[in-house]
Amino acid sequence: MTGLALRRSKGASLAQREARWGYIFLSPWIIGFLAFTLIPMVATFVFSFTNIELNSNRPVEFVGLKNWQDIFGDSQMWASLGVTLKFAILQLPLAVILPFLIAMLVNSKRLIAPGLFRILFFMPYTVPFVAGVVIWEQMENPTSGWIGQFLGIFGISAPNWLNDPTLIYPALVILGLWGVGGGMIVYLGGLQGIPSELYDAAKIDGAGWWGQLWHVTIPMMTPVFLYTLVLSIVDVLQYFLVVQVINNGVGEPGGTTMFYNLWLYKNFFTYGHEGYASAMAWFLFAITLVITLGVFASARRWVYYAGER
Amino acid sequence: MDRLASTVISGEEPASQPFEATTVRDRYSRSGGSRIRVWLARLGVTLFATVAVVGFLSPLILSMTVSIKSIEQISQPGQPVLASSPVTYNYNGRDLTVYYVQVDGKTEQLALVSSNRAANTMRFVDPNSPDAPPIVLTGNRFDLSIVYKIDPQFQNFQTAWNDLGFLRELLNTIALATIETIGVLLSCTLVAYGFARFRFPGRNVLFILVIATIFLPTFATIIPIYTIFTKVLGWQGTWLPLIVPAFFANAYDVFLLRQFLMTIPRDLDEAAALDGAGPIRTLVSVILPQAWPAVVAVAIFTFVYSWNDYFGPLLYLGSSQDLWPLSIGLATFHGQHNLQEPGVVQAATLMSIVVPLIFFLVFQRFFVRGIRITGVET
Repeated sequence: MTGLALRRSKGASLAQREARWGYIFLSPWIIGFLAFTLIPMVATFVFSFTNIELNSNRPVEFVGLKNWQDIFGDSQMWASLGVTLKFAILQLPLAVILPFLIAMLVNSKRLIAPGLFRILFFMPYTVPFVAGVVIWEQMENPTSGWIGQFLGIFGISAPNWLNDPTLIYPALVILGLWGVGGGMIVYLGGLQGIPSELYDAAKIDGAGWWGQLWHVTIPMMTPVFLYTLVLSIVDVLQYFLVVQVINNGVGEPGGTTMFYNLWLYKNFFTYGHEGYASAMAWFLFAITLVITLGVFASARRWVYYAGER
Repeated sequence: MDRLASTVISGEEPASQPFEATTVRDRYSRSGGSRIRVWLARLGVTLFATVAVVGFLSPLILSMTVSIKSIEQISQPGQPVLASSPVTYNYNGRDLTVYYVQVDGKTEQLALVSSNRAANTMRFVDPNSPDAPPIVLTGNRFDLSIVYKIDPQFQNFQTAWNDLGFLRELLNTIALATIETIGVLLSCTLVAYGFARFRFPGRNVLFILVIATIFLPTFATIIPIYTIFTKVLGWQGTWLPLIVPAFFANAYDVFLLRQFLMTIPRDLDEAAALDGAGPIRTLVSVILPQAWPAVVAVAIFTFVYSWNDYFGPLLYLGSSQDLWPLSIGLATFHGQHNLQEPGVVQAATLMSIVVPLIFFLVFQRFFVRGIRITGVET
């Protein structure tokens, strides 16, 4: 009796000790989560109802919904949201599908020296962001850039992409192509995780290359598509650093590169309108949340999880 | 798992798929004609991939060619692809431009002395026989092509090195990246160990929270963080806002390390515990020696991430040029000089990517493993 009681009390204290060590090891993240995520998120929300200014010592007061009314009444805010959404519609399909196509290519059994191609396609992913932008800007230069010169072979005159309000978005999408290496590796990992029995079974059923792609590869890859799509959405809604490098974030040509986050950045860092910027930040967060939750909700219909039957 | 990850990039088939080679289709294609068709398909796919990869990497090659060109060559259309300059010939103290000229059905390289547009005539001198009488031809000099010689401007790199203050920015970048890597390794290893080896109430909820922060937009939190760092703590113009958060763990690296630690068998931990080792000693002497591939992956990721970071330095180091890493230094240099000296800007750009590229080529297996773990398993 006493032995059992002793063992039980000792067991409880072991579990408690284990839990205590667990929390101790987690403490860097818990502190970081509170200090750099949770409290700042709440603070941003609270700021959005105040007249707080970045560079002013004026006492901070609650102003109710004023900042929210201001941002919804600001045509520049809506224009910048439109710019971001327009760019997103153009960029997202490419960001999700192109890395998959490259992964299919470098995973092909028909490819000679696949390891070399994987390294070469992945390599630009490690080129520093600013360097990548500067290099691609040169590539799109109308006189010395190779894209223009290549088009010139077919008699198409070199476009001045980066200064053309209609071609600026394709130019920026192309400029971002060097990031596909990361997505390629993620898809490649997914492709190699597909059991080969599935392909064998499909072949016995008479499926050709297309049949295998459509009935085996794509269904098995849907979880990876979901992951890439959600991360790409979060990324593209925050897009602005590229135009900050290219033309110092002035929005040229003709306001077409005044992305939502650039307008937010300017309101906060340049004008110091902290309350206004906070409302913008939370509005963007809400948009991101609604879209990604929508994607996750739709995932039931199109994402296949091998574990579920 | 380990082996599988390393085969992703090396292109070897995983050993767990020994039946791959003899599929139904292959068994029927042993005859000669089909084998030729298979080889043609391999050639076709490889050729396509080669064209794609050359196009994909061509901006890097363009950057190399531009980095050794003069501004004259970059700004004018119709110039040679390689770094070149027009051939000139010094004749009676004047530098004359040399043109390809048709003389008696042969192409000669002659230096243009003068041209008379009204009479539509041009006077040339032959650099090989300068004392011969000038050759007078009819025509317009704009119809002729200039003779170029290869003339790389390697001093662009020297100029970039000096004007950018490259050495100081390089050392700043290395210092920042090293400190941040130490912070991330320390904090993320501890947190991942906590998640992987200890049971406590709320563990699953906390782990879901870790994952959720991967999807959180930066701007949802940056405004109060910036305000506290600069207005309350007075850290504007110091490295502290970039360094301090690194010591409080981040979602990607915790996730990566935790996934790896979960694959390490518990036998050795338990043996160490029976020998009286506490959790910290178990971590240091049992877990870490087995987890080094993931630890190295996190170290490389953090180092390269920090090397490439532009947003953080832009926020906190804007006016403190002495503390700039290469990212913001290059962006500023580009903004000031791209119109006047594109060759020098490209030279600076190339110099700034050397270290990350070498890192990648040396450690590419670790890169791939890390991205796979975070990408496929979430």
